[in-house]
This record gives sequence, structure tokens and C-alpha cells, in this order.
Amino acid sequence: MAEKRTVRYTINGRSHEAYIEPNRTLLEVLRDELRLTGAKEGCGTGDCGACSVIVNGKVVTSCLMLAPQADGAELITIEGLAHGGELHPLQQTFIEKGAVQCGFCIPGMILAGKALLDSNPKPNEHEIRQAIAGNLCRCTGYTKIVEAIAAATGGVA
Amino acid sequence: MHRFEYFAPESLDEAITLLKEHGDGVKLLAGGTDLLVQMKEAGLHPAAVVSLHALTELRGLEFDEADGLHVGAATDMATIEAFAVVRERFAALADGAGVLGSVQTRNMATLGGNIANAAPSADTAPPLVVLDAIAEIAGPDGSRRLPVGEIFAGPGTSTLAPDEILVGFHLPTPPARTGSVYQRHTPRKIMDIAVVGVAVQLTLATDADTIREARICLGAVAPTVIRAREAEEALTDHEASDELFAQAAEMAQAAASPISDVRGSAEFRRYLAGVMTKRCLGIALERAKGA
Ligand SMILES: Cc1cc2nc3c(=O)[nH]c(=O)nc-3n(C[C@H](O)[C@H](O)[C@H](O)COP(=O)(O)OP(=O)(O)OC[C@H]3O[C@@H](n4cnc5c(N)ncnc54)[C@H](O)[C@@H]3O)c2cc1C
Ligand code: FES
Ligand code: FES
Repeated sequence: MAEKRTVRYTINGRSHEAYIEPNRTLLEVLRDELRLTGAKEGCGTGDCGACSVIVNGKVVTSCLMLAPQADGAELITIEGLAHGGELHPLQQTFIEKGAVQCGFCIPGMILAGKALLDSNPKPNEHEIRQAIAGNLCRCTGYTKIVEAIAAATGGVA
Repeated sequence: MHRFEYFAPESLDEAITLLKEHGDGVKLLAGGTDLLVQMKEAGLHPAAVVSLHALTELRGLEFDEADGLHVGAATDMATIEAFAVVRERFAALADGAGVLGSVQTRNMATLGGNIANAAPSADTAPPLVVLDAIAEIAGPDGSRRLPVGEIFAGPGTSTLAPDEILVGFHLPTPPARTGSVYQRHTPRKIMDIAVVGVAVQLTLATDADTIREARICLGAVAPTVIRAREAEEALTDHEASDELFAQAAEMAQAAASPISDVRGSAEFRRYLAGVMTKRCLGIALERAKGA
């Protein structure tokens, strides 16, 4: 059973499949097989959050999930947030607040922000900081990221 | 990661059979937040991995006043923390599940994984011990029940056999006027491992602040989580007071036998165990009065 198998995901509303060995992580399959390179590998051990994606409604670190564990799941990745050329409100406020520097942490940061707003549309600053505690940013110092998430709390899709 | 055979059994029996067939080289996989890190970073190379994710009977919580709380071993921390009865009646468990890792970690990490991994710093272990939790364990010869404290054998070593599976945890309904709490100290505010963790549960007499029952469990200050039994006895049948709590805290401090590492010296940990026990006694008392 170490041999290759097909895994199927619905990613951002579209069906995808990959033919892989079971020792691949979900992050590797997204990036290397499906060419969805928005999720990044920072640490590979769950500490940095750069690989965050939403699996069945919950934000997880895809570097710690085996690809076959997510077989059949619905995924949202950063590639799925903009619709028809229109940015997601979080993407818009991240730009407006100048919350992006090198950008490496941002896909994970925005998905952690989205997971928060999906369950708590009006978070306070403490709740925002808790929600992104698992997402490291080496550039911005977090202040503008927190501001951007707060600014997106009105009218989130 | 090295190659391994992968199985996702759809029944508990099938899972146990797979474990038995594959012997020492097999590892169970729940949320993967310990196992995958060990496979990537710590040279753990199982020949086979048996994932629990298709076993829906291992997930979820159920509460009944007469029977108490049942938590499936594969229930994730976020679900546990969000369960209203856990927050109200089993507060120490909500505290422990709520401080573990990040949002992402809590969405993946399971209660069974935290206990089976047997780290003395496991944040849900002291809560389960003071809440009197009994683990239900399934194996090739049927199932057995064990108090959670007895699963811990040493740092990273459990008393579970390789072909045994934690199925769930049973927590009795706390009596009236009972309050519990878990707190930990970490050098960083979040995303760090406890240098000391303390859980306390106090039950008060119906008409006074006399302590009927006290349970104290310390994490990260010994090779396993430990009860501070001398402190518990000193509290029992006495009226709650600052002096009594200070005395009990000193006894808890004496029960600690911590190691020194990068996160803190043994002396610091021992001292902290006392400070935090006193603080937790105060919080448990307030919660007990409100219950
Ligand atoms: C970024 C990060 C932060 C973390 N922070 C904390 C923290 O603050 N506090 C803390 O206590 N821990 C922390 N951890 C450790 C880890 O998340 C927890 O121990 C978690 O509860 C493990 O559960 P899991 O389901 O992910 O276990 P897995 O990794 O799937 O399994 C862990 C071990 O338990 C065994 N196992 C799993 N389920 C069962 C079962 N039902 N029966 C028998 N054996 C089983 C596995 O074979 C394995 O040996 C952190 C981990 C990461 C990656
Ligand atoms: S790459 Fe997954 S958390 Fe850092
Ligand atoms: S913008 Fe560079 S890591 Fe966050």
C-alpha cells in the first residue's frame, strides 16, 4: 500500500486529482502536483503557518497533513479568494493598509484571517492577534496585518 | 519523509488487526501534529501508518447529567474548546485545549494524540487527571479502562501497547460547587511548550467554604504528569483561605522534580509550580463558588 494512489480534492470549487505516494504532504501535492503555489513551505513543522489552507471549513497547516488524509475534502486556498478579477475584502485591505512586504507569509495570513471572520465577523484586536498567532511574519511587525484584518470586518463575502 | 505503507481503516476492529499485523513498525496517525513532526525531524521512520480519520465513532462529545462527559479520542482541540458543557462544567479541559498551539494546531490536534504522545508538558493531561478522566482503550483482547494519569510512563513513553488504540475519555459529572482550572507558564505568550502547567479542581461543601475534595496535577515538572497528593490532603476538610492555599502551594512545589533545559532551570520551574498552584487554587475557588 506504499504504492501510488489517486487522491481527489475539491479546491476552490473545482475538482482536482493527483496520483501520489502516501508519504506526500497535502502541501507538497498542492504545490508540486497541482501547481497551486500560493501556500508556502516555511518550517515544515507546523510553527510558521505559511502553508495554511482551509480544509472542510477549518484552517490547518498543510505541511503536517498527509495528502491521503484529506482525500475527498473541500479545500480553499489563496488562489480561490478573488472572484472574476475582484479581490476578496481581505486582499483589498491588506493592500490598502500596506500590510504586505515580502509576501511570503501573506497567503497563510489571509486564510487565517478568513477563517476568523467566517466564524466571528466582528473580532476585537485580541481575537485577531489570537487568530494569527500561528502565522509568523518576518517583515511587517504585525501591526498593519492586524489593522488590515480589522478593516475587512465590514462586508466580508 | 521516508516511504511507508498507509492504511485508513473504516472500523476499529480493522484498525486493531492492522496494528497487530504490522507489529513494532506501525504508527497510529490522528491529527499528525506530533507524528509528522517526529517523522520529518526526529528520525522516526514507521514502516506503516494507520490513520484514524475514517473512524467517525472516535470523534465527538456527548454529555449526560447521569453518565458524565464522553470525549472521543480523535476529537480535535477546537471542537472540545467550543463545546458549551466543557466550558461550563469541565473548565480545566477547555483551558488546556484552548492554549494548545495555534488555531491551525487546535483544528488538527486530537485529545487522544496529546495523551498517547505522553509528553510531560501535554496541556490536556493535568486537566484530564484532575477531572478524574478514565481512558477507554481497545486492543486485540478487548477493551480496558485506565485513569489517564496511568497512561504516562516517562517522557514520551506511554503504558499503551503498540496494538492498542485510545477510543475515548469518560469524565464524571462534577458535583455541585465544583470548579476547575488549568494554567501554564510559557516563555512566549503563545505557540510555546509549558515549562510548568498546573490543573486544580476544588469541590466545596454545600453551605460553607470548606473544601470537600481537592485535586492538583502538575505538568512539565517531572518525567510524567504528577498529582500533588500531600497538598490535596492538606486542603481537604479545611476552610479555604490564603494561608491554607500558600501552605498547599509549598507542598505542591516540593512534589515537583523538574529538569533544567533551555526553557527554564529546575529551580525556576519548582518555584513557579508553587506560585501557579496558589494562583490556580484561587481561580478554582471562585469558579466553585459560582457553580
Ligand atoms: C506548532 C505546534 C504547536 C504545539 N503546541 C502544543 C502545546 O501548546 N501543547 C501541547 O500539549 N502540545 C502541543 N503540540 C503537540 C501536539 O499538537 C499535541 O500533542 C497533539 O494533541 C497531538 O495530537 P495529534 O492528534 O496531532 O497526534 P498525532 O501526531 O497524530 O499522534 C501523536 C502520537 O499519539 C499516537 N496516537 C494518536 N492517536 C492515538 C489513539 N487514539 N490511540 C493511541 N495512540 C494514538 C500516535 O501514534 C503518535 O505516537 C504542538 C504541536 C505543533 C506542531
Ligand atoms: S510550513 Fe507548515 S507551518 Fe510552517
Ligand atoms: S511580509 Fe514578509 S514574512 Fe510577512
